[in-house]
Amino acid sequence: MQVTINQDRCCGSGQCVLTAPTVFDQGEDDGLVQLLQEQPEPAVQSQVQLAAALCPGNAITVHDGADA
Amino acid sequence: MTTVADGEADHALSAPAVKGTCPFDPPPAYEQAHKAGPISRVSLWDDSPCWLLTGYRQVRFVLGDRRFSADARLPGFPFLSPGRRELLDRTTPSFIRLDDPEHSRQRRMLTGDFIIKRVEAMRPQIQQIVDETLDRMIAQGGPADLVSQFALPVPSLVICLLLGVPYADHEFFQAQSRVLLDITTSIEEVESANRELTTYLVELAGRKQKEPDESVLGRLVARGELSLDEAAAMGVLLLIAGHETTANMTSLGTLALLQNPEQAERLRSDPSLIKGAVEELLRYLTIVHLGIPRVALEDLEIDGTLIRAGDGVLCMASTANRDEEMFADGGQLDVTRDARRHLAFGFGVHQCLGQPLARAELQIALQTLLERLPDLRLAVPFEEIRYRSDMVVFGVQELPVEW
Repeated sequence: MQVTINQDRCCGSGQCVLTAPTVFDQGEDDGLVQLLQEQPEPAVQSQVQLAAALCPGNAITVHDGADA
Repeated sequence: MTTVADGEADHALSAPAVKGTCPFDPPPAYEQAHKAGPISRVSLWDDSPCWLLTGYRQVRFVLGDRRFSADARLPGFPFLSPGRRELLDRTTPSFIRLDDPEHSRQRRMLTGDFIIKRVEAMRPQIQQIVDETLDRMIAQGGPADLVSQFALPVPSLVICLLLGVPYADHEFFQAQSRVLLDITTSIEEVESANRELTTYLVELAGRKQKEPDESVLGRLVARGELSLDEAAAMGVLLLIAGHETTANMTSLGTLALLQNPEQAERLRSDPSLIKGAVEELLRYLTIVHLGIPRVALEDLEIDGTLIRAGDGVLCMASTANRDEEMFADGGQLDVTRDARRHLAFGFGVHQCLGQPLARAELQIALQTLLERLPDLRLAVPFEEIRYRSDMVVFGVQELPVEW
């Protein structure tokens, strides 16, 4: 699994940090999404999928598959 | 394919629709319409036609798509009452009613204040506010009105904390915000309270300009992008957005738990359920109950229905949050359900900015209430409770309780 983020789309709702705290963080000043793991470990992949689905700004993209 | 101009078939459906016998359920007319399909036509108070979206997938799609605008100044924007249209003529729209890029520019001045880390750090102070407010209510003895004694003061004091209102001014701040949000006060009283609060916040912002602190107001003026007036207006916006919603969720959530004692019992016996329970209460009650208004910026099709540029759309989060496609037995309150995909905070770039704070407040307030008052019960028959049916934020007018 490969994760990409788009800060321009982020609206700082914090859903990602709430759902997958080991993969996403928020900037202290701007509150915008930061990526802690580009290739999340299998144990947290379902959290990452949910975080992407919950993101109101569609700022998180999950690419499935080994090479993606 | 149908368009808003075609036929008069379901024109009998009007928005807002009246509630049925169960105060927690969406209007029966909307649930009925949803059975026929997730997209219906309704007429608004001024007889203008509008689309009514009742399905989860459709509501999520519209709120998440930038081809639907939140700008109330655009022709076709659906207003829920004449009062709200008048308000638009008299006031500068806040960023809630603006589209990007201006919406994003203003919202991003505040996103840093509501990050999860910052809100988590506020938990001990929120707990203290909840404890002290409950102490006062208990000391006065029952029966008590949970709305005025607990549900309203807690978010008011949390906003004081957030904005950096000094302790000595809490009394004044609470009194003014009570007037501002009381549905029985006249327009003149509301405007006067608004002026008092604005004057106070302008002065407070001025003080924070000289002595910066880490409060929202302090950080806003430190950015140097806003005048003191604009910073104060942001403060009033946060007060209104954060006060009424949290207060009504607290009191209506309590009522829902009292009416579903087995659910309350589960929460009491396993406190670790509280986070999920709050999501479930948000879903089940969806207090922004009149719908979230949008206007289409271009022609587009949803599930075979053509929405034209300039058509108004009402997104019913309340029925969407009970859509069986997403939530099995959606009409049932179940604190063990995974309700995290609910749309009670909206969706898309306008989704509630203060949601981490709202969650923390509701988790702490409801859990503390259940723990400290194991015999909490209604002091009047359930049927006598009056509701805020015509208010944008649904809730109870009063909640007389004993313990």
